[in-house]
Amino acid sequence: MASRAADLLTLTPQGLYCPAGDFHVDPLRPVERALVTHGHSDHARFGHGHVMATRETLAIMAIRYGEDFARSTQEAVLGEVVRVGDVTVTFVPAGHVLGSAQIVIEQGGHGSSCRLVVSGDYKRGRDPTCLPYEPVACDVFITEATFGLPVFRHPDVRDEVAKLLQSVRLFPERAHIVGAYALGKAQRVMALLREAGYDEPIWLHGAMERLTDYYRSEGIALGETPKVAAADRASLKGAIVICPPSSIQDVWARRFPDPVTAFASGWMRVRARARQKGVELPLVISDHCDWDDLCRSILETQAEEVWVTHGQEDALVHWCRSRGIRAKPLHLLGYGDEEAGEADEALADATPAEAEA
Amino acid sequence: MNRFAGLIDRVGYEPRRNAKIRLLADYFRTTPDPERGFALAALTGALTFRHAKPGIIRGLAMERTDPVLFRLSRDYVGDTSETIALIWRAPDPRPPHAEAAAAGSPRSTADDGASFEASLREAPQDEDAGGRAAIGHNHPPADGPLLSEVVEGLTHAGKAELPALIASWLDALDETGRWALLKLITGELRIGVSARLAKTAVASLGEGIAPDDVEQVWHGLAPPYLDLFAWVEGRGERPESIDPAPFRPPMLAHPVEDEDFAKLDAADFRAEWKWDGIRLQAVAGRDGDGETVRRIYSRTGEDVSAAFPDLVEALDFDGALDGELLIVREGRVESFNVLQQRLNRKTVTPKMLTEFPAHLRVYDLLVLDGEDLRERPYDERRRLLEDLVARLGEPRIDLSPQIPFASWDDLAAARADPASAGAGPDADAIEGCMLKRADSPYLPGRPKGPWWKWKRDPYLVDAVMMYAQRGSGKRSSFYSDYTFGCWRDGESGPELVPVGKAYFGFTDAELLKLDRFVRNHTTQRFGPVREVAYGPDRGLVLEVAFEGIQRSARHKSGVAMRFPRINRIRWDKPAGEADRLDALERILSKGETEMHPTGGAGP
Repeated sequence: MASRAADLLTLTPQGLYCPAGDFHVDPLRPVERALVTHGHSDHARFGHGHVMATRETLAIMAIRYGEDFARSTQEAVLGEVVRVGDVTVTFVPAGHVLGSAQIVIEQGGHGSSCRLVVSGDYKRGRDPTCLPYEPVACDVFITEATFGLPVFRHPDVRDEVAKLLQSVRLFPERAHIVGAYALGKAQRVMALLREAGYDEPIWLHGAMERLTDYYRSEGIALGETPKVAAADRASLKGAIVICPPSSIQDVWARRFPDPVTAFASGWMRVRARARQKGVELPLVISDHCDWDDLCRSILETQAEEVWVTHGQEDALVHWCRSRGIRAKPLHLLGYGDEEAGEADEALADATPAEAEA
Repeated sequence: MNRFAGLIDRVGYEPRRNAKIRLLADYFRTTPDPERGFALAALTGALTFRHAKPGIIRGLAMERTDPVLFRLSRDYVGDTSETIALIWRAPDPRPPHAEAAAAGSPRSTADDGASFEASLREAPQDEDAGGRAAIGHNHPPADGPLLSEVVEGLTHAGKAELPALIASWLDALDETGRWALLKLITGELRIGVSARLAKTAVASLGEGIAPDDVEQVWHGLAPPYLDLFAWVEGRGERPESIDPAPFRPPMLAHPVEDEDFAKLDAADFRAEWKWDGIRLQAVAGRDGDGETVRRIYSRTGEDVSAAFPDLVEALDFDGALDGELLIVREGRVESFNVLQQRLNRKTVTPKMLTEFPAHLRVYDLLVLDGEDLRERPYDERRRLLEDLVARLGEPRIDLSPQIPFASWDDLAAARADPASAGAGPDADAIEGCMLKRADSPYLPGRPKGPWWKWKRDPYLVDAVMMYAQRGSGKRSSFYSDYTFGCWRDGESGPELVPVGKAYFGFTDAELLKLDRFVRNHTTQRFGPVREVAYGPDRGLVLEVAFEGIQRSARHKSGVAMRFPRINRIRWDKPAGEADRLDALERILSKGETEMHPTGGAGP
């Protein structure tokens, strides 16, 4: 099985490649044919020849890169088995962000078949803005391990949102600036705030606007989300403002009334990480699996073998082996927390004056 | 316990003092007795547990954790206690997952693509189904331990029963709760809240109650402080202080500015040296059983008696003294650098007691033989103080001498040269003068008018900016921490060597300019640090003010500054004309008389 799976999906400089179907999955550089799990920029890149992804992921790529992000595109319908070369592929919800999918790759018929699942980024936690993850039985499960250490156990997101609302109640004269990735996390926080009964406007940094509009056009209720105009900032006492993580420490954020700096991320579980970012109100809200969910998901797939793409590979591989599951790290570089890299770079390069623009 | 955990979690991230007070006050207002009282005890360092030690928890964690996973986690988190708090699992933490049960076996795509919609509708959201009720996963049962139960247990449980007891609490608490429990057991919250700040928050619960009012009654109180809360909330009488050796908030001075002297009459004032030591309050009194209680308090009211046993045993009187901790060897006061070697030690070895003998140089008397003298004028207290010190005849306690002067000019001369004005070889431990009105009562806090401090002028050096680092809190987007250097002769000509780092002294407007300079002159980046352009013909000169200098093996330059700050930005000065390292070394070797700018800020 292992050798067969290794033939079915190989590792190339561009990323994971299926020779029998002649396509890459989430390639890191431009390729001829790409299957894309979701719209985050480290997985969905510009410049491929042909892209197959869910309707939502294709729309998100078009919003981020322009309509010409690839020469041609093909919509993957969730659950539909599609033949590509000598294999079939199926997209199954991954629960990560709107449109995110696992990709099931299968070769051969009954009795001698081999099925791989490339899960992409996925989570099991509650998210009103996307379809929940579905476990898929397979021979080889390919997983990320962003939070692949047993210290990561995400709390109930409702408690985290309650923490934010309590702070807003206690400091009604201060603005609460919440850093959240522009795709997925931001809209999830908005939706969770609405679920918690918060019905004030949620103010958005300009970088959030288009993707949020897209979520809304997909029928996701987010309430009133005005864009912050530069002149408004000083008057937004008691407001909740959502902005990209790179902006929470920007001069842009300093113009609000005595801002409280919050950040919604699984990394906020570790105090040192929150402190390094100068966060005063860490909100442990993640779009990735925590340790327990990674382990549980692996067991539910009943896979005989697990490949770990990126994150804390060592611990997860160790855990698999201690359970008698074959496992190997792929050490794929280039995947990581959405936008984290580029955001830090952007921050380093922007002068306060530029960042304000 | 969970509410307390939530409080210290939130406060620990909050940089603003006033916001911390608000968070604490909100907690005290909405948390019932006795829970809030034990929280106050934890915040003020009033809790110590004899048997509960971090080692117990470490042992418990190792019993339940895979050692490889623990090591990897510890390496990642960077803190053992936090790792344990996060990694701890109650036995059987997650019940069999309801989601798996509802969805049946994992989905099999090739067999059945059409049931996708159906399974989507049926699949419950994960955390609703099972996770929320799971013990140990941030949703402890409602009957998790109360802070009062934890404090009670840690205080009274025997050594043998503690591990099981602590394990049962860890099982019932969530990550933050476990972290807070570990903090309690290690005895140091380290959340940036002083005892004083916690008392300030308590005072804010009441009408017209000042932090000092709380301080006045504090030492007669014990956890869970029911009488204190009753009093501040207007439900009870002011508690009577029954502590025979209580802390009394010290009187502090304002810095005197040049223009103030015109309004001040020298004849109204007495002057003393301002010693560069540690402000202490030494108190002794008899309790109800006739036993003598002796304590030494820091300026903020922490009981630091344990660190100075040699001084405590010398407190052979009934009263309260205000004075300065110094190290005196062979009749000579050592510099602050020497004193520092005696400070911040948890245990005091006999060797340290001999090498760094603690000395109290007293300047005020607050209470004597049961009588509160604080309302009396300074001159009268001073006379009583002189009598007491003479009567004690204790070599470890002596009197801070007064400086004779008839005019402000006289005093300015003394301040410029303490050695010739009576301080002799002790001049190294003097950082200026204190002015005290002859008729001033002893008032807690920092009243404006009766006492002034007239610090000697700082040393100044022109240095060149070499590196800049982004600040934190409000300055987080700005390059606001600057490392600067002075010239020395290198192998290939003059070179800059870093001599210090400063992150304040400039205005917000100047910060904007400095930040822009850094961004526009960056030559290299090291994470949050940028190296800027510098050299004989380029670079920015910073005039740095500092209080003193000492040798340091840790610094490349061999010297370390005390209290450096940016005094002026010398946009006009070529970097090549900045000071040389020799200038700093001369301060070290010759003392202040030669290098110290004198008379510049005189009256």
